[in-house]
Amino acid sequence: MIALLIRDLKLALRAGGGFGLGLAFFLIVTVLVPFAVGPETGLLARIAPGILWLGALLACLLSLDRIFALDWEDGTLDLMATAPLPMEAIVTLKALAHWLTTGLPLVLAAPLFGLLMSLPGEGYLWLVLSLAIGTPALSVLGTFGAALTVGLKRGGLLLSLLVLPLYVPTLIFGAEVARRGAQGLAVEAPLLLLAGITCGSIALLPFASAAVLRVNLR
Amino acid sequence: MASIWEYANPRKFIRTTDVVLPWVTAAAVLCLVVGLVWGFFFTPEDYRQGSTVKIIYLHVPSALMAINGWLMMLAASLIWIVRRHHVSALAARAAAPVGATMTVIALITGAIWGQPMWGTWWAWDPRLTSFLILFLFYLGYMALWAAIENDDTAADLTSVLCLVGSVFALLSRYAVNFWNQGLHQGATLSMDKKENIADIFWYPLLVCMAGFILLFLALVLLRTRTEIRARRMRALLARERLG
Amino acid sequence: MMPELGKYAGAVLSAYGASLGLIVVLVAASLWRARRVKAQLAAVEARRTEGAPQ
Repeated sequence: MIALLIRDLKLALRAGGGFGLGLAFFLIVTVLVPFAVGPETGLLARIAPGILWLGALLACLLSLDRIFALDWEDGTLDLMATAPLPMEAIVTLKALAHWLTTGLPLVLAAPLFGLLMSLPGEGYLWLVLSLAIGTPALSVLGTFGAALTVGLKRGGLLLSLLVLPLYVPTLIFGAEVARRGAQGLAVEAPLLLLAGITCGSIALLPFASAAVLRVNLR
Repeated sequence: MASIWEYANPRKFIRTTDVVLPWVTAAAVLCLVVGLVWGFFFTPEDYRQGSTVKIIYLHVPSALMAINGWLMMLAASLIWIVRRHHVSALAARAAAPVGATMTVIALITGAIWGQPMWGTWWAWDPRLTSFLILFLFYLGYMALWAAIENDDTAADLTSVLCLVGSVFALLSRYAVNFWNQGLHQGATLSMDKKENIADIFWYPLLVCMAGFILLFLALVLLRTRTEIRARRMRALLARERLG
Repeated sequence: MMPELGKYAGAVLSAYGASLGLIVVLVAASLWRARRVKAQLAAVEARRTEGAPQ
């Protein structure tokens, strides 16, 4: 299991593996927003939590089709399916690898981007915390979407169409935590709900992803 | 009494619906015409909403069927997963465009009603927002069906998507509630609060709801028959190509 | 025969028009596809029975 995780991480880190692509995308979104809405600090500070969450979500979405596509093309996925490791473990590891290479860098870089968006001082802790809690759910949900579309030739757009509605609750609660945090309001309720969604997704979705992947490998 | 599962046999299904479909269609047309004519021509104006109250005869039944259409797909998907009856999976496929259309009707009539009443076409109100999200789920579901060539694979994948989607659609419903308090009035039709809509509007509305339910049923039956035939045709063509 | 719709006539009529229009399109599309698939299936079945060695 650990070997599989390390292999995925290595592949992602290698040139062309897409590591850092998400971060670069996140950076570009953050840079483009002030061009679109104007450089006014008050306005930027007000929309910063939402924009940063949205940017993180899109950056996450961008790298989803890489989760299974390469392994599917060269047949590695079929080998993994015949390995003694249960499919549920494989998809969980894939999601974990995706989170480590995409979600975690986004979480760590978020304060920097918050600076660009003139996020108020109280907001940083909650932004990072909400992203840290929320992005695993994004990865797990994305793995489900990637498993659904793995065999399709032009699956990328379909993948977004399938996954984005599933992201709605996570986005709502995550952005709500960040927004309330930035305004100095109580954050417990959305934070707990966000954590609940993440825990529930991590606990249940690997079964759905594994079932779907089995169908696709049939 | 024959088991209900007999209707899972495609031939039996086609034969039965041959008989049932004309009746359902006739009943649907009857109810829709009676309900809509009654509602449109023979109900008074509401003292606050004026004549826009007449939009309710389209808005409420279509919203009802938008949600129940998804529930029907969920039930059909579960039956497919558990018992693997092709008719069930094809019925879910057949229902999706009907449900999506109902969602669009509910959104459009709501927007047209909201313009004079709330002074806006659209508000990010929980009910409106969750309907929009429901529409996105319908779109994704139909797109997945359309994208996969193998029938059984498509049925499996879409039914899992329908299950997961149901959970997340429900979550979204509560999440948007949390996120914004709405403009939309509460349920007009919860049975215990029937008083809050006057009888004179209530009876034609009931007929319209029956009409929409029957219309949904007729369309789903018709489309399921089409899907069954299309599936059989694909199977035959595949066999022809083989030799 | 037309009921007095007052100042909201446009709203009510457009709501009815749009909804009924959508329903008609949906029904027409369903019927059209039903007919087409039925005809195609009949053609394929006919080809099969005629081509089959008796």
